[in-house]
Amino acid sequence: MHEIHISLGSEKLGTFLGLPITNTLLMTLLGTATLFLIIFLSRNVSLLPNKFQVFMELLIGGIFNFVKETLESVSLAKKYFPLIATLFLSIVVANLIHFLPGVHSILFLTNEGKEVALLRGATSDLNVTLALALISFVSIELAGVYALGFSYAKKFVNLDSFLGFVIGIIDLFSEAARLISFSFRLFGNIFAGEVVIAIIVAFIPVIAPVPMMGFEFFVGIIQAAIFALLTLFFIKSAVTPHH
Amino acid sequence: MDIEVAKNIAMAVAVGFGMLGPGIGIGLIVSKAVEAIGRNPEATGKIQATMFIGVAFTEALAIFALVIAFIIKFI
Repeated sequence: MHEIHISLGSEKLGTFLGLPITNTLLMTLLGTATLFLIIFLSRNVSLLPNKFQVFMELLIGGIFNFVKETLESVSLAKKYFPLIATLFLSIVVANLIHFLPGVHSILFLTNEGKEVALLRGATSDLNVTLALALISFVSIELAGVYALGFSYAKKFVNLDSFLGFVIGIIDLFSEAARLISFSFRLFGNIFAGEVVIAIIVAFIPVIAPVPMMGFEFFVGIIQAAIFALLTLFFIKSAVTPHH
Repeated sequence: MDIEVAKNIAMAVAVGFGMLGPGIGIGLIVSKAVEAIGRNPEATGKIQATMFIGVAFTEALAIFALVIAFIIKFI
């Protein structure tokens, strides 16, 4: 039985103009390339749609309808739909392309003489998920300020009563804790899946990992959906006036 | 006991016990939400939205346990 190789962070492959290039960075770029490929393929819109166009129309239309129903307003939905859909699509693509053959198995010899995997699931790196969490956190706060103006601050600093003040402070903490929970939820789920698959592969290399990989495929879609949905629900609660 | 061994055990205990409560909590939330959807299928969207927010807050506690475990292990 060979040794199980698990590393919490991404591994450095080399440097480009002084910037470190890690295996998760390559994977993120591959995900972006996949998204551009999808855009390129769905460019030819015809009145008589083929299967791919029908799928894309159902997906995008479905997301838009869901955003519209949740925000209960078409103008708000038009404003926030691009953010929600982009978050969902980029995370789902990043989660799914790490099941491509070659990820984790193609090794790369670095200048320091270490053998590391050339590709590694993008969302199994805390830096990627923290960046996504920051994007979603800043957009939620800006959505609140944009919709309510100065009175958005009254949600957190409420001097009307003592109880209101305490609740405001608790809200402020739970607002900041979102940053941690957003990033660690996605990271934890994907990383745990990778570790479980690595352990099963070390024990029984053939057939046994397949059902687990099927489950992880499902988890990848669900986690992407949860990330986008939570951003949507928090935007909804941020733009709703306080009472 | 060696400090490394102690750290490994502490990490496992922190995650194990930290996940207990949120596990029960999420089970309760989802079971009630499914029950509510069964009673009133038209309100599925609103119930789902509330359910996801509740699940997110409960799951955050489990994630804090995970963060504490990482802190014990690596800092």
